[in-house]
Amino acid sequence: MNTSLSWIKAYVPDLDMTAQEYTDAMTLSGTKVEGFEETDADLEKIVIGQIEKIERHPDADKLVVCQVNVGTGGIQIVTGAPNVYEGAKVPVVLDGGRVAGGHEPGQRVEGGIQIKKGKLRGIESDGMMCSIEELGSNRDMYPEAPEHGIYIFPEDAEVGADAVEALGLHDAVFEYEVTSNRVDCYSVIGIAREAAATFGKKFVPPVVAETGNGEDAADYIQVSVENKELCPRYCARVVKNIKIAPSPKWMQRRLASVGIRPINNLVDITNYVMEEYGQPMHAYDLDTIAGRQIIVKTAADGDVFTTLDGQERKLDKDVLMICDGEKEVGIAGIMGGENSMITDDVKTVLFEAACFDGVNIRKSAKRVGLRTDASSKFEKGLDPNNAKAAIDRACQLVEEMGAGEVVGGMVDVYDEVREPARVAFDEKKINRMLGTDISKEQMIAYFEKLDLTYDEVTNEVIAPTFRQDLHCLADLAEEVARFYGYDNIPTTLPDGEATTGKMTFKLRVEQVARDIAEFCGFSQGMSYSFESPKVFDKLLLPKDSPLREAIEIMNPLGEDYSVMRTISLNGMLSSLATNFNRRNKNVRLYELGNVYLPKSLPLSELPDERMQFTLGMYGDGDFFSMKGVVEEFFEKIGMKGRRTYEPKADRPYLHPGRQADILYDGKLLGYLGEVHPQVADNYGIGTRSYVAVLDMPSILGYATFDRKYCGIARYPAVSRDISMVVPKGVLVGQIESMLLQRGGKYLESFELFDLYEGAQIQEGFKSVAYSVVFRAPDKTLEEADVTAVMKKILNGLESLGIKLRE
Amino acid sequence: MKDRLEQIKKEAIEAIRVSDVPEKLNDVRVRFLGKKGELTAVLKGMKDVAPEERPKVGQMVNETRAAIEQFLEETKTKMERAIREERLKKEVIDVTLPAKKNNVGHRHPNTIALEEVERIFVGMGYEVVEGPEVEYDEYNFEKLNIPADHPAKDEQDTFYINKEILLRTQTSPVQARVMEQGKLPIRMIAPGRVFRSDEVDATHSPSFHQIEGLVIDKDISFADLKGTLEVFAKELFGPETKTKFRPHHFPFTEPSAEVDVSCFKCGGKGCRFCKGSGWIEILGCGMVHPHVLEMCGIDPEEYNGFAFGVGLERIALLKYEIDDMRLLYENDIRFLKQF
Repeated sequence: MNTSLSWIKAYVPDLDMTAQEYTDAMTLSGTKVEGFEETDADLEKIVIGQIEKIERHPDADKLVVCQVNVGTGGIQIVTGAPNVYEGAKVPVVLDGGRVAGGHEPGQRVEGGIQIKKGKLRGIESDGMMCSIEELGSNRDMYPEAPEHGIYIFPEDAEVGADAVEALGLHDAVFEYEVTSNRVDCYSVIGIAREAAATFGKKFVPPVVAETGNGEDAADYIQVSVENKELCPRYCARVVKNIKIAPSPKWMQRRLASVGIRPINNLVDITNYVMEEYGQPMHAYDLDTIAGRQIIVKTAADGDVFTTLDGQERKLDKDVLMICDGEKEVGIAGIMGGENSMITDDVKTVLFEAACFDGVNIRKSAKRVGLRTDASSKFEKGLDPNNAKAAIDRACQLVEEMGAGEVVGGMVDVYDEVREPARVAFDEKKINRMLGTDISKEQMIAYFEKLDLTYDEVTNEVIAPTFRQDLHCLADLAEEVARFYGYDNIPTTLPDGEATTGKMTFKLRVEQVARDIAEFCGFSQGMSYSFESPKVFDKLLLPKDSPLREAIEIMNPLGEDYSVMRTISLNGMLSSLATNFNRRNKNVRLYELGNVYLPKSLPLSELPDERMQFTLGMYGDGDFFSMKGVVEEFFEKIGMKGRRTYEPKADRPYLHPGRQADILYDGKLLGYLGEVHPQVADNYGIGTRSYVAVLDMPSILGYATFDRKYCGIARYPAVSRDISMVVPKGVLVGQIESMLLQRGGKYLESFELFDLYEGAQIQEGFKSVAYSVVFRAPDKTLEEADVTAVMKKILNGLESLGIKLRE
Repeated sequence: MKDRLEQIKKEAIEAIRVSDVPEKLNDVRVRFLGKKGELTAVLKGMKDVAPEERPKVGQMVNETRAAIEQFLEETKTKMERAIREERLKKEVIDVTLPAKKNNVGHRHPNTIALEEVERIFVGMGYEVVEGPEVEYDEYNFEKLNIPADHPAKDEQDTFYINKEILLRTQTSPVQARVMEQGKLPIRMIAPGRVFRSDEVDATHSPSFHQIEGLVIDKDISFADLKGTLEVFAKELFGPETKTKFRPHHFPFTEPSAEVDVSCFKCGGKGCRFCKGSGWIEILGCGMVHPHVLEMCGIDPEEYNGFAFGVGLERIALLKYEIDDMRLLYENDIRFLKQF
C-alpha cells in the first residue's frame, strides 16, 4: 500500500511534519512505513522563468540561446529543447541548483545532478530549463508535459516562484506494510484516519452528498444474487450520457503517485475510489448487458471466459461470475469481461461496488491465474458497508467532473446487514494485561480518535464495521497500547513460581556429540531435510530398499527438494564433494539432523523423526580414525559396555570390505565405513572418504551421565604378552572376544601391540601380538593365578586355529 | 694413626678436586668410604690400637669420614648443577616454530548463536524443548488461531505432505503442544528447523531455524514481555543495546509487536548493516491470544502469557556479518573454520 503525503493531507489538513517524522510516528503506532521517497529530494534552486527572447546559436544548428526572466533578473540559457517559444513559462534550475536526472524517462540519478554555469559551444549558459523527467517525475503524473522537451507552465504561473511548489512536487510517497488484520488500512482514508489519531489532528474524510437525477437506477437494471454467501452485498448505480475525457490533473497526479496510470475520467474514478476507500469497483457498458439484468452466480466447470485483457480464462464451478440475462460479463472481484467493457463511445455505464467472499476470491484468482489490484483487495475480506460509501463517492466524482449524468437511486442486494461489533470493556484488566496504569478516560479518548465509541450504559466499546479486527478485550488492549505508546509501557520481569532452566536429556547428549566431534577435528555442517529422489540411485540403494519409502512433498520447490530424507548420507557426501571440488584438504564434517521415516505411506500419522549423528571425512585418517571418534563419543556418554563391529553389513553405499555395523549389547546403533568408490564417483569425491552414522534415538537408551568412582588399583599388575600366528580369516575382534570370555575376573585390560602380514609370515596367516594385563583388587597376584588363566586363554585361541609364535 | 687419617683426608680431597665427572666422584667414594675403602681399612686396623685409645681414634675416623663426605657432596652438587646448566644451554629451542595442533573442529554459526540464546534463557529458568518438524496442520495453524482459509496457510508459503500434514512453517506449534500438556507455569524455548517455500538466494532458504519462547503464568503482562526481551537483547548483543517495540499483527498473539534492537555495529547512528536506520529487526512477539489459550485447554481468565519467535539465521548472519545465507548450507570448511 502506497500513499503520497499530499493525499493524506487532503483528509488531515493540519498534518505538519517531515517525511521521516511521519514514518517514525506511524510505525510506532502500528502503521508500519517501509520507506518513503521524497519527490523533491534532489531538486534545488528551481524557479519559474519566462522566456523573453530566443536567438539562434551562432555555432550550433541544434541549439538556441534564450533570455529568461527568473523574477530576480534575466539570465541567459542555451538549450537544445525543440519546444521552447518566446513567452513560455518554464522551470529553470539556477546556477548551483540540482535536478533529479536526465531528460529521458528513467534517467534518475542517485543524489541528483548539480547544474553549474558554463559555456555551451562558446556561449554562456547560466542555468538550465527542465523537462518533467529532469524534475524526477513522469508524464503519467504530468500528462500535459511534452514527450520531448521542456515542461511548460500555464500562462498564469508566477514568474520567479518556486517551480517545485507550483508542480506540487514538495511531496513524499510512503510505502506501508499493512498487516492482514487491518483491511481498512488498504485505503488512503484508512491510513489517514490512523495518521490523524497518531498526530492528534482532525480527520476530515470526504463528505459525500446526495447524487443523481430524479430517475431511479432500478428502472435501468435488476440485480439478483444466487450465491449470497459468496456475495454478501451488491450495489449498482447507473450513469448516463457519459462524456469520456481525461480526468482532472489533481486526480491523475494522485493516481500516478501511487503507481496507477491515468486512462480516462471513468476508469480513473473507479481506480481513485478503489485507492481512496479501499473498495474495488467495476464499470460495465450498460448497453451490452442483456436483459438489463445482473445475476451473480458461480460458473460451470469447463466454462471459458474472455477477460477484458483479451485472455481466455478457464473457469470452474467455484468461480463466482457476474452474468447478464444471457451470458457471463465478468469474473466477480477479479476482472471484467471483454464483452461488456467500456469503450470510448460508451453511453451508459453500470457501476458495481460489491462485497465478495475473500477466501473464494483468493482461491479463484489463483486457479484462474489472474491476480489483479481488485482481487488482492477483495481477498482480504472487505466491509460490505463500505461498498455503498464508495459507489456514492464515485457518483459524486462523476458529477463534479462532468463525466456523465448520474441516475438517482441505487440497486442494493444486501440481506444480512453487518452490524458494528460490541466489545466488553474493562480498564483494570487492560492495565493488568499491559502492566500499565492508564486511566479509563485516557483509554476512551484513544478509542474515540479511531472512531470507536464507548457505550457507558453497557460498558462496551463499539467498533465500526470497517474495523473487522476488534473482537475481544485483548484487541482493545492493543489499541490502548498503540496510542499510549509501546515505548511508554514499563519493563519488568515475570515473577511468580520459580522454574528450573534445563535441557532435555536428548539435547545434552547431542551437545556431547558436538563436543566430541569437534575435539576430533570435525566441523559442523547443515544440510536440507528434503532432497531429490535420485539420491537413492546415487547411493546404489536396491529398488526394494525400505529407504526408498520416502515422504513426498505435495508442492516442492522442484524435484531436487521433493522427498524427505530417509538417510543422512546424501547431505554429507554432497558437502564432502563441495569441499573436494574446491580443493580443500583434510576435510572432516559432522551433522546432527533428522531423517524422516514414515510409519506407512501415504502418510496418515507423523513420521518417525530420527536424529542422525553423521560424520564424514577425507584426507588424513582412515576407517580407524572414524572408529575412534565413535568410541570417544560412546565413552563420553557413559557407554562403556561392550560394543561390537559387525563386518558383514551389506550396505551398498559403502566399500564391501571396509564397513561395519556398530552394535552395542547386540543392538544396532549405526554403521561406519569407507564410501564405495562408485558412490564417491557419483558425488565427485576423487579420494577415499569415510563416513559414520549413529542413530541417536537408539543411543539415548544406553547413554548416561551417571558416574561412579571405583577406586584406583593398589596392588601390582601382572602383564603377559601373547604373540600369535593367526589365520587371515580370523578377526582381531574374535581374539578380543576370546580374551574377554576366558580372561577371568583378574583380567584388567589388553592391548594390540603388533599386527603384521608379510615376508616372514606364512601365506594365509598374520602375526598378531597382544599385551594382556591382570590385576586383583585385593591382593598381589601370584604366578599360579595368572598361569591358569593364560592356559585357558591359549587353549581358546588354539581352537580358533591360532598358533603361538616361537 | 692421626697422620694416617690426615693423609687419607688430604688424598681424598685431592682426588675429589680433580674429579671432572660424577663417575669419578663415585670412584673416590668407593676408594675412600666404600666397604673395601681406605677408611674402612683404618677401622679394621683398630684391633691394633690400645683399647683406651680406641674411642678417640674412632672419633677421628668419623670426623675424617664426615669431612670427606661433606666435600664429596658439595662437589657433586656443584658438578651436577654445572652439568644441568650446560644441558639447558644446549636445549634452547626456536619457540616460533609452528605449533603442533589437534586441529579441533568448529561449530556451525547457527549452533553458536543458538547456544548463546539457550544459555540466556536457561539462565532465566526456561526449559529447552523440541517438537516435530513434520507437523499436523492442526498444530501449525489451527491451534494458533490461523483458521482453514487464512492467507498465511497459502500453499505458496507452506510445504504440504497432504491435507493434514505439512512441514512446520514456524516453531510456534511447539507452544500449542507444550500448553496442551497442561503443566503450568510454563517457561520454555523451542529451537528447531522450519520450512517455507522460498527459493534459495542470498537472503532466503526453504529451510531455516527459529527459536520459539513461551511463558504462561498468572498475571503475566506486556511489561514482563518487554523486560524479558530487553534482557535477552542486552545479553545477546551487549549491554548498550536498546530495544524498540513496534505494534504488529500475528494471529496467535494480541497485542503483538515486532522488536528492533539498536544496531550493534554502529550503536544506532546508522550504517550499512542497519540500512542507515540505526535499528535492526530481530523478532516478533506478543501476549498469547486468549483464544489460543482456550484451544490448548488453559483458562485465559486465570492464566495468560507471552510468546516470541526469533529467526536463528538472522541472528547468526547479523552477529557474524555473513552476507549470504547460502554459505550456511554449503558446508565449505573454509567458511566453517571461521567460527
